[in-house]
Amino acid sequence: MGRRVLITGLSSFWGGRLAQAFERDTSIDVIVGLDTGEPLVALERTEFVRTDENYSILARLVRATQVDTVVHAALVVDSSTTSDRHIHENNVIGTMNLLAAAANEDSHVRSLVVKSSTLVYGCSGSDPTWFRETTPRSAAPRTRVERSLVEVESYLRSFAEENRDINVAVLRCANVLGDDLVTALSKALSLPLTPTIAGFDPQIQFVEQDDVIRAIEFVVTNGLVGVYNLAGDGRLPWSEIRAIAGRRPLLLSPVLTALAVAPLTRLGLELPPETLELLRYGRGVDNFKLKNNGFTYRYSTAGAVRHFVENQRLLGVVGETEPSYHYQGDVETFFRHSPAIVRTP
Amino acid sequence: MPPGRVTEQPKSTGALLPLRRPTTAPPDEPRLQDVDEWGRSERTRALVRRLYGPIYRRWFRVEWEGLEKIPLHGGALLVANHAGAIPADAPTIMHGIEEELGRPVYGLADNLFRSMPVAGTAWARGGGVPAHPDNAYRLLRDQQQLVLVFPEGTKGTGKLFSERYRLRRFGRGGFVEIAMRAGVPVVPITVVGSEEVMPILAKAPQLSRLLGVPYVPITANMLLLGPLGLFGYFPAKLKLRVLDPVTFDVNPDQDRYPRSRVFEEAEAIRQRMQSSLYDMLRHRRSVWFG
Repeated sequence: MGRRVLITGLSSFWGGRLAQAFERDTSIDVIVGLDTGEPLVALERTEFVRTDENYSILARLVRATQVDTVVHAALVVDSSTTSDRHIHENNVIGTMNLLAAAANEDSHVRSLVVKSSTLVYGCSGSDPTWFRETTPRSAAPRTRVERSLVEVESYLRSFAEENRDINVAVLRCANVLGDDLVTALSKALSLPLTPTIAGFDPQIQFVEQDDVIRAIEFVVTNGLVGVYNLAGDGRLPWSEIRAIAGRRPLLLSPVLTALAVAPLTRLGLELPPETLELLRYGRGVDNFKLKNNGFTYRYSTAGAVRHFVENQRLLGVVGETEPSYHYQGDVETFFRHSPAIVRTP
Repeated sequence: MPPGRVTEQPKSTGALLPLRRPTTAPPDEPRLQDVDEWGRSERTRALVRRLYGPIYRRWFRVEWEGLEKIPLHGGALLVANHAGAIPADAPTIMHGIEEELGRPVYGLADNLFRSMPVAGTAWARGGGVPAHPDNAYRLLRDQQQLVLVFPEGTKGTGKLFSERYRLRRFGRGGFVEIAMRAGVPVVPITVVGSEEVMPILAKAPQLSRLLGVPYVPITANMLLLGPLGLFGYFPAKLKLRVLDPVTFDVNPDQDRYPRSRVFEEAEAIRQRMQSSLYDMLRHRRSVWFG
């Protein structure tokens, strides 16, 4: 019997890509995707289930579908898009519901893979140049999203202690760049003037979106356990990233920076406090642990930046490169379950 | 590599162009800058060396003794005494070793710099690295570089002129533990003359608390040169002596090392450096001419 996988956060563009990747894997029998909104990409055999924002349906779902693997990709890591309250509900309460469902006595879950973020390391002037998985953060978390992620990871640690028969893997993703993903940094890089804190040229590390999907797939396939950093090789100074993108700097005051960026919010570019700290100090994480376990990255940080910039250029000329997709529940149900469909075994 | 499943072939999702998933990673094109992972730029270093060269040769007339004791290959932790309101010893040691031995030196320093605009970036480009045990370990163990630390920290630079050449406490001996863990020798360096280039006559503790810096010095240079004294060093002759490298008979990469042993070794190194300083002072005829 093949594996049965549950994905949370299916309806982000790349949650969908993750499901697509699992669909290609013939050893996975069942893929169930969970989210508050409809999927944004075409899926062939993934079953979509709608949920509320704190995933209260999970216990019932895990019991009914008998999934053995849960990929928790629903954690919000970009606070520019959501309210503080939603971050708490989604990250903390959502994860608590998930853990409760997975630890339930009639759950079949044997493997839990969580996509976390390098935000758990924070960002401050007393940071090491490279964080290893074991390096503690230098300062207590101050923003809502960081606090929620630190809290989530502490739950995961105690969950792993209490449920030794369940493999728990946590992937801490560096800042992700990809075509499907809009983050504060990717938006900043597509503006004609790129926000830069005057007098600071931090080194920033990226990971390419496809590498994140491949890494999650890799961890699921190989049953890895533990915490892993997920980031491209090397770091680049922000000035060099800007030069690759061909952008000029928009200098922000190094003091009272939060006030200086307030007008930018009006223009549609919100720079959350985490990003502002990043533009001041940068962050580097050591990606050796996952590499030593056999994973190979396709993109280094520089490669990810170049790839992103090239695709931005292409999109600037041709607009969409893929036909847009709208999820229609009845159509999807028809193709999956109608007796009219001829199924080749 | 464990046998992973082949996941390379993309299923057509109706893309108009083969935009996604190239079969191989595009090679990293030549970098636009030469900033390394530590934030150091060789171009900036070269510029600093060109500017600092004349000061090093003509102004401070730096003289080394025992430079051959610094290893030409492999990692080593250089430790030195630290003095002067704005210390001249760090750039001098870095410059000297880079010029004479052709090896880069990474200077570990207080994180204070990092939160300063411009200064922090300039400092990193010029070879400064935030003092963090992880950083030191990676530089020494994984990259086998030369790393310079001042175990006295700001307690050394912030002391008054009347306390010159008396070594402060060497922290908790963390530098010994780092060298043990990285399996590299400690190479002590003693500097004479650095106390006289920018002597601190008094300090303004209220102001330093207000600014959040370790000390606000009132230096002799300021009294004589006015605001120019912030940057103007007196032309004392700088003499540096490299002492015999200290190796520790312990296994590297251990989680912890006995506290008492670490502290003892640190204290022994401090004693040796202190007596070397006294010895150098005994033979110094003039502050200005050595």
